[in-house]
Amino acid sequence: MVAEGETETLILGIGNVLWADEGFGVRCVEALNARFHFDETVRLMDGGTQGLFLLPWVSSVSRLLLFDAIDFGLEPGQLRVMRDDEVPQYLGAKKVSMHQTGFQEVLMSAKLLNDRPKQLALIGVQPEMLDDYGGSLRASVRQRIPEAVDRACEILNDWGVNFREREEPLTKVELIGPGALEMGIYESGKPG
Amino acid sequence: MTESVTANGFALDTSGQRVVVDPICRIEGHLRIEVNLDTENVIRNAVSTGTMWRGLEIILKGRDPRDAWAFTERICGVCTGVHALTSVRAVEDALGIEIPTNANHIRNLMMLAQYTQDHLVHFYHLHALDWVDVVSALSADPKATSALQQSISTWHKSSPGYFRDVQARIKRFVESGQLGPFSNAYWGSPAYKLPPEANLMAVTHYLEALDFQREIVKIHTVFGGRNPHPNWVVGGMPCSFSLNETGGINMEWLNLVSSIIDRSIEFIDKVYIPDLTAIASFYPEWTTYGGGLSSTNLLSYGDFPRVANDWSQENMYMPGGAIINGDLSTVHEVDTRDPEQVQEFVAHSWYKYPDENKGLHPWDGVTDPNFELGPNTKGTKTNIQEIDEGAKYSFVKAPRWRGHAMEVGPLARYVIAYARGNEEIKAQVDGLLGALGLPLTALFSTLGRTAARGLECSWAAHKMRVVFDDMMANLKAGDTATSNMDLWEPSSWPKDTKGVGRVEAPRGALGHWVHIKDSKIENYQAIVPTTWNASPRDPAGNIGAYEAALLGTPMVNAEQPLEILRTIHSFDPCLACATHVIAPDGQELATVKVR
Repeated sequence: MVAEGETETLILGIGNVLWADEGFGVRCVEALNARFHFDETVRLMDGGTQGLFLLPWVSSVSRLLLFDAIDFGLEPGQLRVMRDDEVPQYLGAKKVSMHQTGFQEVLMSAKLLNDRPKQLALIGVQPEMLDDYGGSLRASVRQRIPEAVDRACEILNDWGVNFREREEPLTKVELIGPGALEMGIYESGKPG
Repeated sequence: MTESVTANGFALDTSGQRVVVDPICRIEGHLRIEVNLDTENVIRNAVSTGTMWRGLEIILKGRDPRDAWAFTERICGVCTGVHALTSVRAVEDALGIEIPTNANHIRNLMMLAQYTQDHLVHFYHLHALDWVDVVSALSADPKATSALQQSISTWHKSSPGYFRDVQARIKRFVESGQLGPFSNAYWGSPAYKLPPEANLMAVTHYLEALDFQREIVKIHTVFGGRNPHPNWVVGGMPCSFSLNETGGINMEWLNLVSSIIDRSIEFIDKVYIPDLTAIASFYPEWTTYGGGLSSTNLLSYGDFPRVANDWSQENMYMPGGAIINGDLSTVHEVDTRDPEQVQEFVAHSWYKYPDENKGLHPWDGVTDPNFELGPNTKGTKTNIQEIDEGAKYSFVKAPRWRGHAMEVGPLARYVIAYARGNEEIKAQVDGLLGALGLPLTALFSTLGRTAARGLECSWAAHKMRVVFDDMMANLKAGDTATSNMDLWEPSSWPKDTKGVGRVEAPRGALGHWVHIKDSKIENYQAIVPTTWNASPRDPAGNIGAYEAALLGTPMVNAEQPLEILRTIHSFDPCLACATHVIAPDGQELATVKVR
């Protein structure tokens, strides 16, 4: 268990793995975690759709990297990266997925408390399908995960965050969530 | 025919102007309310529509029941832990698993922490803005605000300079044009009654509560490992104690929990409860509006067992039961396994049943979507302008207890515990009503619901202290077991078995019903609190709690449906739980259409 005070960088996947492409954010964090080892100053998290309940985590770090599925009005699967002030401006301006109002409130609330992360980045994808409850990522979105992970590495390098390629495969205790929700296991249990 | 009386005794009149509010929630949307107003702008008909389909049952079929909690934890962004706990309880019930004493204490602590944080956040960050005008706070006199604060509480943050600083901070925020959390409201409406100083005090506490609630969730971090989605396990809790060492949950962590409990008690009793009392005193008419089913039919399963694995109501810190027809002298026992008691109906819901005049017990539950609109619908399937409540009109099913529509939630729990003669709860209720000079019947209202939630927040914080001390005594006596893995392996399970998990979630009675066959989930049904409260009509014509509660309320301005928001928010709706998204167009502001 890592005390919150030691976490400087939060890598947060937003969205719900149960709703098809809504799972993009969380799956990207999973992929990043599977490939790289981070020290204890970095925390990788499935933020779900928790809105205001993410405030304790968001407001206690100095750097926040977000992955999310957001409606940019682009081609399905297209990625967009936004940094710092671009993020809240975008979130405030456009209607997006159901939890987005919630996350906009998190950023605003952190600002109200003067605790907003100093550095902020969002890696978003245009979803193809959201209303397949219990489904998983569509191919157009899934195939962008490696690219999203690469873009994340660029941002983390810019911020001077230390990480390295894993030499040993991920162990169960290093997963970001319960094993049953890990993408491969989750998909194998999808009923017909 | 525009006038009628429902089976549960409510007069409806659909002749007047129709007002549509969609969506109605600030965080978890997808609830639509339509009302008809008479010529005096009083609500004479109300229609509650959940606009999302729920399909959890379909996701879980065929999976390992030991994993179900992880899926149910993802149903909803706000109620994570409560669904996980309900799920593990359902599976434990089906498999006959008993949990260790420490696991019971930890589960109670986690749920009490959830009540404390959830009720606090609901009041300040969702509901208070229905009563508190943020813009009016900008014109308050900080000195008079300080005097007001000191007259109602000994809370230390009360100097004129402190309120002046906060006022300046809010002003900068509002002037920047980024209202953010404050953007969804009807500032300046004559429906707001607080003087500027009370508004400034409440907005200041909005910020303090925002700050403080971050502490409460650390309790989940300690025991659940990974908030915002804590870890759970069938058979107990997946954490371990090591009081004298540094690994696991050690004394440092337990001391942190103890300190958070003390600070929670102080914040709630010195800030939340005095604010609630002060705000309520300016809105006496809201102790007469919004009662709905609360004066007649209430349901609670009861929760927080003192001793592990004993589900009798005598063993519950919060005793449950059912009250029918307003008869507080009799609290009926509720059996969630009895096929005649809890049933769901779909005559007015967008699902198919073999016989839609009959209800189904959740073990036999069917979730087969069937989206069709009635002949009197105005608009189209993708753009409904006015719903036809004579036909199917909601993705929420209609749960009933022995055929009765029921209200669930803090008010239901409080009235039931009061009727059972629970001393702690009687003292709290009588104290608050006495301070405001109100009769017991004032509870059956929008503000009564809001007040019960506040009192319960305080109750939960104080109860955390009791449970924590019991847990420490048990640990110091040498019992550090947190889970029972005797029946972990599927080879030890019966071939075909059923179970029920029940939890009193912050929003009310929550049940998961599981049928396990050949070690896999055969059927899984959940009835969540908002399904009870937001339910549409049933084949007998009973209206649900939201619809009943809105009747009779006068609106100041039909274009600004603050009164509808007040009553619906008093239930703390959670439609993400009740149903599931079909259209992904989340909207920041409710659109209001007056026809």
